[in-house]
Amino acid sequence: MTRVPPSVDSDLTGVAGAATDVAPLGRHATKPAHELTADEEADVVDWDRIAALEEFKTLLAAKRKFIVPATVFFITYYFALPVLVGYAPQWMATKVLGAVNVAYLFALSQFFMAWIVALLYVRAAGRFDAMARAIVARFQPGGR
Amino acid sequence: MSPSLTMFLGFIAITLWITWWAARKSSGSNAYFAAGRSLTAWQNGIAVAGDYMSAASFLGIAGIIAFQGYDGFMYSVGWLVAYLTVLLLVAEPLRNAGKYTMADVLAYRLSPRPVRGMGALSTLTVSTFYMIAQMVGAGALVSLLLKDTGIDYHTAVIGIGILMIVYVVFGGMLATTWVQIVKATLLMGGTLILSFLVLRHFDFDLGAFFDAIANVTHTDAQGNRVTQDFLTPGLRYAPPYGPLDLISLGMALIFGTAGLPHILVRFYTVPDARTARNSVVWAMLIIGTFYILTTFLGFGAATIVGRDFIASHGGTNMSAPLLAQALAGDLFFAFISAIAFATILAVVAGLTISASTSFAHDFWTNVLHHGRERREGEEVRVARITAFFVGAISIAIAIVLGPNANVAFLVALAFAVAASANLPVIVLSLFWRRFNTAGAVCGLATGLVSSLVLIVISPSIMKADALFPLENPGIVSIPLGFIGAVLGTLLRREPEAERKFTELSVRANTGLGAERAGAH
Repeated sequence: MTRVPPSVDSDLTGVAGAATDVAPLGRHATKPAHELTADEEADVVDWDRIAALEEFKTLLAAKRKFIVPATVFFITYYFALPVLVGYAPQWMATKVLGAVNVAYLFALSQFFMAWIVALLYVRAAGRFDAMARAIVARFQPGGR
Repeated sequence: MSPSLTMFLGFIAITLWITWWAARKSSGSNAYFAAGRSLTAWQNGIAVAGDYMSAASFLGIAGIIAFQGYDGFMYSVGWLVAYLTVLLLVAEPLRNAGKYTMADVLAYRLSPRPVRGMGALSTLTVSTFYMIAQMVGAGALVSLLLKDTGIDYHTAVIGIGILMIVYVVFGGMLATTWVQIVKATLLMGGTLILSFLVLRHFDFDLGAFFDAIANVTHTDAQGNRVTQDFLTPGLRYAPPYGPLDLISLGMALIFGTAGLPHILVRFYTVPDARTARNSVVWAMLIIGTFYILTTFLGFGAATIVGRDFIASHGGTNMSAPLLAQALAGDLFFAFISAIAFATILAVVAGLTISASTSFAHDFWTNVLHHGRERREGEEVRVARITAFFVGAISIAIAIVLGPNANVAFLVALAFAVAASANLPVIVLSLFWRRFNTAGAVCGLATGLVSSLVLIVISPSIMKADALFPLENPGIVSIPLGFIGAVLGTLLRREPEAERKFTELSVRANTGLGAERAGAH
């Protein structure tokens, strides 16, 4: 949103935040929606109404469905490493490929685990973005 | 003039030019604190990597692997996996609901003054710990490298301090960001070359490289020559308490990153949550590649240079530069050392800007002056003055401390404090409706105090008569941070905080009403 500096040559009535965008009347009452400045509009969003929307609940559920299992998985996978290193050192020292042992391969696999989870999340988040955009489009103040 | 000094002066010239450019370009709070929120995903991703891969990563990890083998590599693993916590739980809600600092997200639904006060305190504590580690690294480098140039430790530390003040005071977040980007690029370049040289040393035979790691000969504490398999766990964290210590370290690493103020503020520099998310992925690619390559840096130093030589030529923190010298001579040694300097400089600049932003925005404006700037631009002015003091104080601390402990270890302590104090309250504030002000203050306080106390009574400080057997406090202090936050919350109800949770949740998940790019 661009704010245009006040000028006598142009009609700024339609520009939010311009010098003319001030209600001459109604200082004590709520301004009509078309006369709100951008900052004032930011506070008139009806958060409770959005939160109660079916679409919003679906968005939260979809996010939860990905984020909770992903978090549980990566934390479990990660802590398996120090736990096994600490409490099953003989097994972790087993050599697999030449001198390379289970411990090193497991540690290395953590990097790929992290990258894969991150990429899966980014793919899923594309869907979340679309759902959020649909909600915002309905509720963006002033319907713009 | 020595080659390392010349290269370092070159880096300084580039960064000062960046600062001059940034200072001319921007003004206003959004520009100063958040680079106008206009960075792209790859720019911010590289800058996150630059902010994160500190002296602890480059000097510290290489050293800890060179001396203690596999156990050191555990740091590398934790430091990458940690970004999943940031990506999945923190980055996007933070970007959508906050403005300049970590405490913004807490202050959203809680009573602002107490949580901002505590938030600023814990930000300053974590930053100070981190800063001490960087300065110790700088000291180690300087005492070894610049002996022949007549620059002593004090002069060099004061020089680094002054540069960091200049970047932050004049260039703000934009200059700091570009300093990070240049540094991250140099660091990755240097690391790739060094890894390539290690491989070439073994005639590109990975099998031979790992065989060498499995048979490292060095002199042990009793003065006997011993041959050890450096791929075997347990060289640093041995029983009886080693396994617990390792788990404790892991907890601090993967939960600490999402509570590091200087990493969190980076997500305010992008236009929206989607860019914040993509920048985490960029950062993960760079950081992950770097930490995999620490295999070559650390084990390369262990096999090619050897523990005994490193110990007598500057200690653990000098492993990577000494490896460079052994593989490609003095000029490359100078290049790698200059990169290490650049690394330290960039990270201290990032720490300084997050600490001074938190002081100015959280403490000065919001705690002392009830959220109002008395004069236009006051917040930025206060941040600049704070940056000056933060710089001066860290110079003083660095001069008091010598180049002693391993810097990766020191940084791990900063992670422990961040994981115990900051992470519980951030997560609970974003995901628990019932959470309230009392809970945030209790959580921050118990996390902060318990991690600090456990560090003081740990073997790292009290040596043999330690009251607490673990080096890493996380396994106790992180649960304590959570328990403190939960118990504090249950003390009383705060209907306002619960009501505002709805608003926070809608904002965090849809981006409605989030701070926009370029809105000066």
